[in-house]
Amino acid sequence: MEQGYYQKLWWEIILTTLGFSVIPLFILGAVIYQQFSASYSAKVMENMKTLAENRSASIDLFFDERISQLSGLAQTNSLAQLSNEDYLHKVFNIIQARSKSYLDLGIIDQEGNHLAYVGPYHSILKPVNFKNEDWFHAVLSTGVYVSDVFLGFRKLPHFIIAVMVREKNQSWILRATIDSDIIENIVRAAWIGKKGDAFIINRHNILQTSPRFGGAILEAPNAPDFSKVTVPEAEDMTFNGEEMLFATGIIKLKKWVLVIKEDPTDQLSPLLHARFIMVLIFLGGVILIIIGAVVTTRSMMKELMIMDRKKATSDELMIQESKMAALGKMAAGIAHEINNPLAVIGEKAGWIKDLLKMEDISKSENFQEYADAVNKIEQHINRAKTITHRLLGFARRMEPVTERVNINTVLDESVSFLENDARYRNIDIQVDYAADLPLITSDPSQWQQVFLNILNNAIDAIGKEGEINIKSKHIAKNNEIRIEINDNGPGIPKDVVTKIFDPFFTTKEVGKGTGLGLSISYSIVEKLGGRMMVASEDGKGTTFTIYLPVT
Amino acid sequence: MDKFKVMIVDDELDFLETIVKRLKARNIDVNGVESGYKALEALEGRNPDVIILDVRMPGMDGIETLREIKKKSPLTEVIMLTGHASVESGIQGMQLGAFDYVMKPVALDELLEKVRQAYERKLIQTGKA
Repeated sequence: MEQGYYQKLWWEIILTTLGFSVIPLFILGAVIYQQFSASYSAKVMENMKTLAENRSASIDLFFDERISQLSGLAQTNSLAQLSNEDYLHKVFNIIQARSKSYLDLGIIDQEGNHLAYVGPYHSILKPVNFKNEDWFHAVLSTGVYVSDVFLGFRKLPHFIIAVMVREKNQSWILRATIDSDIIENIVRAAWIGKKGDAFIINRHNILQTSPRFGGAILEAPNAPDFSKVTVPEAEDMTFNGEEMLFATGIIKLKKWVLVIKEDPTDQLSPLLHARFIMVLIFLGGVILIIIGAVVTTRSMMKELMIMDRKKATSDELMIQESKMAALGKMAAGIAHEINNPLAVIGEKAGWIKDLLKMEDISKSENFQEYADAVNKIEQHINRAKTITHRLLGFARRMEPVTERVNINTVLDESVSFLENDARYRNIDIQVDYAADLPLITSDPSQWQQVFLNILNNAIDAIGKEGEINIKSKHIAKNNEIRIEINDNGPGIPKDVVTKIFDPFFTTKEVGKGTGLGLSISYSIVEKLGGRMMVASEDGKGTTFTIYLPVT
Repeated sequence: MDKFKVMIVDDELDFLETIVKRLKARNIDVNGVESGYKALEALEGRNPDVIILDVRMPGMDGIETLREIKKKSPLTEVIMLTGHASVESGIQGMQLGAFDYVMKPVALDELLEKVRQAYERKLIQTGKA
């Protein structure tokens, strides 16, 4: 019961302590992390969005520049001039000198005939008629046309910018091929970190630039479909089971969409690092709290157990004392009531004895009988007196006193109390007292309680047929008295012998012993300045040794 | 022959009568009274040297009687006689000036010995005074 109670209390204290320290710690950490995480994520998203807008604007600017350059060129030169390939070549060289973005230039009439061409694919493209090409019709209707990236006749990804010019009653077209690499380079600048990606898709979700990872130009990208997006945005999405951050920018001229993709573990790595440190600190805190809780609880429990034990012992001592006091009062009352008639009987017998001496009764034939009878009466009055006086002595002992005590006498008295019990059980009590024992100043009744307790235990241990030896000795060196009380009972098992002075420890059946006798004896001996120890051999008996200071 | 006068105070009449008889048989000048009041009454006329006083008596008990005796006649020695050898009443008696206290039942010779000792002390005290 004791163990379970302490165990339960232990857990209660530990869990309460942990609950009240870990939960606030956890909430604090979680809230701080949440706040930090939210603001950091927002910041990252904002950065990505800005980047996407920035890149889109660059591309738009690039397109604008190219278109105005080409328009300027077409407006300032006549069809006749430009149809001359030599002249066109010269012009190409001039514009190429300022920007390497053109691959070739071509002049096409309204019938789709390729009038002049400057560029690396002269032999392939010069004879081509563009009348049936989609872009040809588009440019004729809108005036300016920028194509998606396509492979075309040359089988390489490129796109074209075409501007239509009206001269007199006819229209002609200046067509330029733009190196995709220029766009690619602008987009590539948005490849951030180790896993960042950026690419452009058209309105049909077809890649216009080569992405860094997964997919190739003119294929569908390895990303959610952003082709219908109309305003720049940034969001955190899960694609193919992977969490990714996406930001989009709109290229206004072509209605292309620039997609920037980033790995959150890359982008948010400072955040993840912060989270890691946070978890580490939290765990460290929890471990510290647990250790602290366990250590304080353990010492508290130890303290509590010691206090409980002390209390149990002192409670029992008090009960014992009040019990003895009541018993003492009763004994004193009885002794008193018996002593008075005893005194009368004594006096009467004494008077008869006096009379027997005085008169002539000595000549009576029964004189001797009278004398014997009176003597017997006196003898038995004395016997009764011994008993009542012992009762009174017992009563007197209930009050704490200090007097000069001969321990041998106290031992004798203790033995005399138990003699009858021992005799019925065939237990022989042998005493071996040192004759030179000095008197000590102490409370004899308390010593008697100790001796009675040990002797009682010895008798109980033996049960029937055995021997108890009591020895007293003065040890001059330490100026103390040693008393050994030895029985030849069954002894105390090794695992039990260390516990026998503990309160509530008992080997007797339930209800037969409180388990407090020896612990009380132990505390009495300590209180009186002595020491008590026990030695026991299984099967051979037990010896209690008590040292009393000579004071 | 002892010349001292003894008075015995005890409410137990059987005891009182017998012990008076026995002491008289030993040629001791003794009288017995059965209460504290009577003891105080008899004190002046008889002027005993030693009083043997029972502690527990109805009416005025031994301790009270002792106090009065010591007031009236401080030199009279008192031996307390008790069936209840409680330490308190013994100590209290001694503090109030009793010579000794003896527990019932007591052998007459023992009691007589105490009486003689008490008388000796009285003689010494008187001599001093």
